[in-house]
Amino acid sequence: MRPVAKKPVKADQRRYQRLVQEREPRPPRLRNACAAFLSGGAVCVLGQALTDFYQAVLGLDRQAAGNPAIATLIFLGALLTGLGYFDKLARFAGAGLAVPVTGFANAVTSSALEFKREGLVFGIGSKMFMLAGSVITFGVVTAFFVGLVAAVIHR
Amino acid sequence: MIYLKAFLLGGLICLVAQVILDNTKYSPGHVLSGLTVAGGVLGGFGLYDRLVEFAGGGATVPISSFGNALVKGALMEARTHGVLGVLTGMFELTSTGITAAIVFGFLAALAFNPKS
Repeated sequence: MRPVAKKPVKADQRRYQRLVQEREPRPPRLRNACAAFLSGGAVCVLGQALTDFYQAVLGLDRQAAGNPAIATLIFLGALLTGLGYFDKLARFAGAGLAVPVTGFANAVTSSALEFKREGLVFGIGSKMFMLAGSVITFGVVTAFFVGLVAAVIHR
Repeated sequence: MIYLKAFLLGGLICLVAQVILDNTKYSPGHVLSGLTVAGGVLGGFGLYDRLVEFAGGGATVPISSFGNALVKGALMEARTHGVLGVLTGMFELTSTGITAAIVFGFLAALAFNPKS
């Protein structure tokens, strides 16, 4: 096929395009940013409170107490996703719920739920990490090379 | 005081992610992967632990902490077992998060049905 010269844009079309651009809904950026800051901060405070709680109750040191705290947040994220509340909260909170580890739990659980109808093995089992998988992949590849370089330097 | 710092740092990380999401074409998957990589790189320089010391949950709860924990586990093993430790130690510190996500995600998928 011969290359076709680009059709001249008529004035009407240009006006229409401008109209579309103007009317296109823009994300309420300031509101979203505030909501993400407040809700993300709140989740992290909850994580800190859980860490302190496990530190006191289980007699763990501060670093070790972080593990059950993370597990609790993941449990809450999975439960809220299963109950259908997570999406409603996330509509307000945006990144404030997605960036904390609750977002990881939501990604795993929502994928598993979405593909439940394809069965235990091919649905839940293999699609579980459809969204969360990229975080693990890029995290591990980064950690491998960073670890390799640091291990060789410090030897 | 640690609670205020946790709120501020944790909130700030989420705010940065939200601003990227609203102003670029990147998807949440891109941003979360990017944060994980950033955490891993900071961990390699030993800088992420300073954030944890400073803000506690504000640094350990966001996903960037996952990248840091991967690197830290790999380096801990590397110190005692040499370069091979990078392979064996990779998931040493992150196993809680991954195990909990798999088990709770699996159970939630069994117990509930997707909401339309």
